[in-house]
Amino acid sequence: MIPELGQFSLVLALLIAIAQSTLPIIGVTRENTIWINSAKYLALLQFFLVLIAFMALMRSYIVSDFTVTNVVNNSHSKKPLLYKIVGTWGNHEGSILLWVLILVSFGGALSLFGSNIPTRLRARVLSVQGWICVGFISFMLFTSNPFERTFPPPLNGNDLNPLLQDIGLAIHPPLLYVGYVGFSIVFSFAVAALMEGEVSSAWARWVRPWILIAWTSLSAGIALGAWWAYYELGWGGWWFWDPVENVSFMPWLVGTALLHSAIVTEKRGAFKAWTVLLAILTFSLSLLGTFIVRSGLLTSVHSFAVDPERGIYILILLAVSIGGSLLLFAYRAPSLESGGLFSPISRESGLLLNNLFLTTAAAIVLFGTLYPLFLEGITGEKISVGPPFFNISFTPIGLLLGSTMAIGPYLKWNRADLAGVLSRIKFLIFISLGVSLFVWYLKSSGPAFAIIGVGVSFWLFTSTFFEWMDRVRLFNKNYFNIFKRIKSQPRSANGMTIAHLGMSFIILGVVGSSAWKEEVISFVEKGSQLKVAGFLVTFEGVSIHQGPNYNSEKATLKVEKEGKFLENLYPERRLYLATGTSTTESAIRQSLAGDLYVTISEPANNKFKGKWVLRLIYEPLVNFIWLGASFLALGGIISITDRRYKIGRTFKYRRTKPINKVVGLDNF
Amino acid sequence: MNFIKFLLITFLYLAPVDIILAVEPDEVLTDLKLESRARDISANVRCVVCQNEPIDTSNSGVARDLRILIRERLLAGDSNKEVYKYLVDRYGNFILFKPPLTLSTAFLWFMPLLVFSLGVVILVGVLKKASPSNKSRFSDVSNDTKVSDSLENKKGKK
Amino acid sequence: MRRFVFLVPLAFSLIIGTFSVWGLLNDRNPSEIPSALINRSIPKFNLSPLPGLRTPGFSRDNLLNLKKVSVINFFASWCLPCRAEHQSLIELSQNNEIVLAGINYKDINKDALDWLTELGNPYTYVGDDFSGRTGIDWGITGVPETFIVNRDGKVVHRFSGPLVGVKFKEFKELLTLELR
Repeated sequence: MIPELGQFSLVLALLIAIAQSTLPIIGVTRENTIWINSAKYLALLQFFLVLIAFMALMRSYIVSDFTVTNVVNNSHSKKPLLYKIVGTWGNHEGSILLWVLILVSFGGALSLFGSNIPTRLRARVLSVQGWICVGFISFMLFTSNPFERTFPPPLNGNDLNPLLQDIGLAIHPPLLYVGYVGFSIVFSFAVAALMEGEVSSAWARWVRPWILIAWTSLSAGIALGAWWAYYELGWGGWWFWDPVENVSFMPWLVGTALLHSAIVTEKRGAFKAWTVLLAILTFSLSLLGTFIVRSGLLTSVHSFAVDPERGIYILILLAVSIGGSLLLFAYRAPSLESGGLFSPISRESGLLLNNLFLTTAAAIVLFGTLYPLFLEGITGEKISVGPPFFNISFTPIGLLLGSTMAIGPYLKWNRADLAGVLSRIKFLIFISLGVSLFVWYLKSSGPAFAIIGVGVSFWLFTSTFFEWMDRVRLFNKNYFNIFKRIKSQPRSANGMTIAHLGMSFIILGVVGSSAWKEEVISFVEKGSQLKVAGFLVTFEGVSIHQGPNYNSEKATLKVEKEGKFLENLYPERRLYLATGTSTTESAIRQSLAGDLYVTISEPANNKFKGKWVLRLIYEPLVNFIWLGASFLALGGIISITDRRYKIGRTFKYRRTKPINKVVGLDNF
Repeated sequence: MNFIKFLLITFLYLAPVDIILAVEPDEVLTDLKLESRARDISANVRCVVCQNEPIDTSNSGVARDLRILIRERLLAGDSNKEVYKYLVDRYGNFILFKPPLTLSTAFLWFMPLLVFSLGVVILVGVLKKASPSNKSRFSDVSNDTKVSDSLENKKGKK
Repeated sequence: MRRFVFLVPLAFSLIIGTFSVWGLLNDRNPSEIPSALINRSIPKFNLSPLPGLRTPGFSRDNLLNLKKVSVINFFASWCLPCRAEHQSLIELSQNNEIVLAGINYKDINKDALDWLTELGNPYTYVGDDFSGRTGIDWGITGVPETFIVNRDGKVVHRFSGPLVGVKFKEFKELLTLELR
């Protein structure tokens, strides 16, 4: 009964979405206030309907209702409760439902918290949002219905892929989707602005918090995915330039460009068409990602079950949304004034340069990912474009971006004094060069990019910190006021500093863990000892354990350094009973200097039966990646709370100042 | 038709999909230099039965055979180039994660530079146009910009 | 001219869209690799017979000397789809114009013998490729895989997966073309 309730709510949600996609926008042209205002309520109603559907599916998972096909295919009664809950979105149908839930949540959030936005613009935005909802809810109902029943119900389910039974992967999709889908609101804002034929500074200010929310989640989502790959896949890598990884990275790159170009639109009223284009492209790339992951167009290590029919449906959705919005862009954008004059050396130019790097990087990733498809289509030749291509082409851009973004915050709007800035921080350049040379001296074996990379990271860190220090007058005599001075900074400025520091950490972590990784692999028996990167690891045998839905063989490893006992590590081999697949659970000794990463497995060669294969990997500085990613997210969150954007302060604000009209906001 | 589908699925299942450890200790060469070359090569060689993995991290049988084969070729004195050629002769360019520069991949390899140069040209164009010395565009400054400018200035002076 | 610039993003998305449509509609398997051997002479190999089986082993020279169209089939007793295509192989073995040779890929000797006793032996030659090395020389990605070699010893077609149904029909058509 409850699955039917879920199904019914979805059908209702589709009808509401159809209403939401038409009524408000017609209302705007007909000047019908009731229709315009309906947007708000329709969006909220829609949110509750999809929430009911989502809860219904989650309930089916929790109680292991094996009359629902989706539950049968992806769950098992013995699966731990946590994985039953998160298993709701560990499959194609459920994840699309989560996708839609997040989509309508953004619509609902805009209804609740967007009261500073002119009602007509908001009605248009919600209508565009409604079109996307119609597309995806119908996609779900027609091609991937999560509530389909099966009869007779089997005694038990097929269980979730054990690799996915992991907390990292449980929260990775929701974050990633908040990122992907969050850009849908930004997209809707862009399309609505194009329909109105006007992009103003105020528009950029209204859309900014949504960009920040989406960007922050996407950053966190990607980092979490990388982290999951790192500890779960068992070879110590965290990024493979796999199509599925690439398609999440592209919206991030373009979204980051958007984040920066929108600042110029907000503060200077410039780059309007460009900002709107980036807003459209960011969401388009998110959609392209969804399409590639679910259509089986490209081969990837991790993708959903492949179904061409679904692929075609999403492709049609893509054609309508991307094609339509870009057509509208081509039609309307030429009439947006480009506005704003600035000298070639200015904050504006700096941000343009940032956009050049980021969009070039995105183009490289997009092109490299799709090139095998292009080539196969034209000549029939099949090739692979893998990590070497991306590393070679991406690294220079990344390093250039890293080194120029250190200077950006020093530049003033309109006209800046680059020579002055450089002379003020030239000592940092020298120190960074010195650091590079020192690393070269220490690690003469390292590749050139790594030696430069450490220098760039150091340069970015110090100059970002120095700029902030300057801004808050850290060494002003009045030490007691320091917190006041920090607090008096706009939140978004503090957020920027934190995010940029985060980037310097990420560069350091990426460079360190890819250039100076050490690895030892050996057969071991009880008492065997191995050495890696100064650690002495003793293999003390394997014991058998039983988990809720798996059997595990757990090794005990004693880790010592310079004769001192540090800790025991327990890597595992798990055999999941329902699917018959096994996974490696790595054990990691984490430290900022570097991770000691250990895994065990059975030898492939029967000759060595009875022994174990022990793999020790030393990953220097890898934790800086996760640290940096947390800084990115933290910077994003702090920026969201900036007063200018009034998120969450709407109600209070309204009470004190009943009519909140910033000049030029409401021209209706 | 369904039967064939079933067969195809079972066929695909023959390629083990669970991801576990790759290089095994008995494959490792004692010559550290050769071994590190072998690792470099196998990180760039695609496992033919897997979805999108190098043979270096794959545990499938063919991947292991290829890893051992690569080491044999290196021991026999092959250069890296010769090893790659040996593999390409049998499996085609598809097996290389780093596509060799040929007529059909030239566009791929030069594209990053192309896109970047194009971007620089556009950037220079935009900067020229926006430069205050370009007086002809002065009248174009929108109202909107001025308003927000003055707003910013007020805030900034606080 | 200025207007034209704003059409560029649309143009790019159309290009990507076109290729995506092609990639989806054109019944293709993105992870299937075309054989590198097509239109090349068969690779060097020399396989001993399966111990305990009367059917002889074979080598590259054997095949070249025959001057006949040959079908090389990689099989293994542990491979489920191989069982499905066995009937097709038996059917092929009736045809005297071709030579059907089997390569037993990474199989345990006894299992392979049992397999051939149980299902019948359609092969004129059976080579034992326990190490899988010959498989690599032929660039196979799994079993079963079947090659058609023309009279000059050139590989002309490769089929991966079991020869059943539509695929077998297609196979026979291509084979008839070679025999002409």
